[in-house]
Amino acid sequence: MDILAAFSIAWTSLKANKMRSFLTALGIIIGVGAVIIMVSLSQGATSTITDRISSMGSNLLMVMPGGSRGPVRGTAVAQLTKEDAEAIARLPMVKNVAPEATSQLTVAAGNSTWQATVSGTQPQWQDIRNWKLAKGVFFTAEDTEQVAQVAVLGQTVVDNLYSGGQDPLGTTVRINGIDFTVIGVLEKKGSGGMGGDQDNYVYMPLTTAQQRLMGVNTIRLINVQAVSAEMVPVMKESVTTLMRQRHRLATKAEDDFRIMDMSELLTTVEDTTRIMTFLLGGIAGVSLIVGGIGIMNIMLVSVTERTREIGIRMAVGATTRAILTQFLIEALLLSLIGGLIGVALGWGGTALLGWLAGWSMKVVPWLIGLALGFAMTIGLFFGYYPARKAAHSNPIDALRFE
Amino acid sequence: MSEVLIRAEQINKTYYGAGLPIQALRDVSLTIAVGEMVAIMGSSGSGKSTLMNVLGCLDVPDSGSYTLAGEDVMEMSKDELAHLRNKQIGFVFQHFNLLGRASALDNVVLPLIYAGVSARERERRGLEMLKLVGLEGREHHLPKQLSGGQQQRVAIARSLINEPGLLLADEPTGALDTKTSAEIMSLLQRINQEHSLSVVIVTHEPDIARYCERIIRLSDGQIVCMETVEQRILSEALQ
Repeated sequence: MDILAAFSIAWTSLKANKMRSFLTALGIIIGVGAVIIMVSLSQGATSTITDRISSMGSNLLMVMPGGSRGPVRGTAVAQLTKEDAEAIARLPMVKNVAPEATSQLTVAAGNSTWQATVSGTQPQWQDIRNWKLAKGVFFTAEDTEQVAQVAVLGQTVVDNLYSGGQDPLGTTVRINGIDFTVIGVLEKKGSGGMGGDQDNYVYMPLTTAQQRLMGVNTIRLINVQAVSAEMVPVMKESVTTLMRQRHRLATKAEDDFRIMDMSELLTTVEDTTRIMTFLLGGIAGVSLIVGGIGIMNIMLVSVTERTREIGIRMAVGATTRAILTQFLIEALLLSLIGGLIGVALGWGGTALLGWLAGWSMKVVPWLIGLALGFAMTIGLFFGYYPARKAAHSNPIDALRFE
Repeated sequence: MSEVLIRAEQINKTYYGAGLPIQALRDVSLTIAVGEMVAIMGSSGSGKSTLMNVLGCLDVPDSGSYTLAGEDVMEMSKDELAHLRNKQIGFVFQHFNLLGRASALDNVVLPLIYAGVSARERERRGLEMLKLVGLEGREHHLPKQLSGGQQQRVAIARSLINEPGLLLADEPTGALDTKTSAEIMSLLQRINQEHSLSVVIVTHEPDIARYCERIIRLSDGQIVCMETVEQRILSEALQ
């Protein structure tokens, strides 16, 4: 009996009882759909988060004042200074350094006002943070030298101050009673890896910020970029040593600053979400196994119901193997078709959830292959027992079966 | 003397069900010639079903010998028996035993699938067989769309499609009315005569047995008499 005929027999049998075939395959459909959605969900979540972290700049360390418990209110907090930044810049593995003096201030433009974080920094900040301008230009070293009253706005600030859609370039914004000319608008980046809207910022030269708005010694952040990813851990150590030296910390004293390591954060996130992926995928996998048990149960019922049919087939010459093959192929077809429907469902579900959550989600080919392969294996495994039972029927008893 | 199709010698078959073992056949010996039409009669419990199962290679005797078309059945495996049935035996049952969800044509060609015949060839031979039994035009009807008599014709067509040497019918008219029964028996007779096919009919009805050349009677697992129709008529006339 050739394979084509075998498939044809199995297919005809499945078609003959569409409802039962569907119910049997339902477990596999749901199982495969669940696996695909779960794994794609966690993959999507992972890449969204890692993208956001990466969007803050690569090979980046952020040095902030205050120890591991954060800045302590009320006590004199060890400050970070411009000189600290310059000292760090002199370290060999440091590619670039940009200190930031920040403060939450109200920004006014025309009749609108909006609260944003004003950050005074140096021109190389744009490089370190890998942030392009949507319009206009960033301020230059010259602007810094001349303490120019210029500002570069983040997208959120623009959306809220220029709600009519006017072009902000060339207009004036007022902060603490001082006018600044808008010379650029940054690209939208969305929220940062640590929460918080990255676009709700106004950037200006460090000198301007310190001399006109905030006063000296208000450096809240030093961005430090390494020459390469491999150098980041070494750089972290060197910066720590240097800062402890500069702040004259005793050997046993805690750091009075903290260093946020972007790549470490990235690795942690990736590790965590990998565990999550396995967990979710595993749970979905269990549901797939339950689907397999469903196949076995319904096939057993089906075999019993078709006892007479099996008897007839044997009487006209079907061998044990012919019957076994027929039922195994039925199980295989059920799990294959169920798997394909499950993939379609999983794909659709993933797209829907991605759209709802605003995450980018895609279903990778290897996942589909894995889910289908798993589904078919389950079908064969759980279909074997009923198939074997059918094949070892006694034709005489089978023909007499009511 | 015609060629022998079936030679059974000293067949014994015992069943071990719940309780005591039952000896269904005791030292049964018979021969059936090629092209012979034979009836096997007996009341229930006589062993006629068991004899039919043995003749049909659905069951193997405990002892004795059974040769069908020159092949010794005693040493055969389950698969070898299946092949032999496929090649040499056609079955017709009281309740037709068709596949309920397959068309008449699909039912008729079922043995050919297990014989490895190609799809096109199957269709050709299937249509030929349906024509032979007078069901031309009904290839795509499902069993439930056919009358009892028509369903039995499909079953007969199925039993013939592999050109077997033996057609085994178990109460073929049991589920049919008198008129249809007569039609079916005539058909079997015609097939027997035109194709030199041995036909064995298991029945308990004398009217049906009358269509056959020879009657073998079983009682309590043993053959109690074998007479030809002529002998029967003679003995009846003498009473």
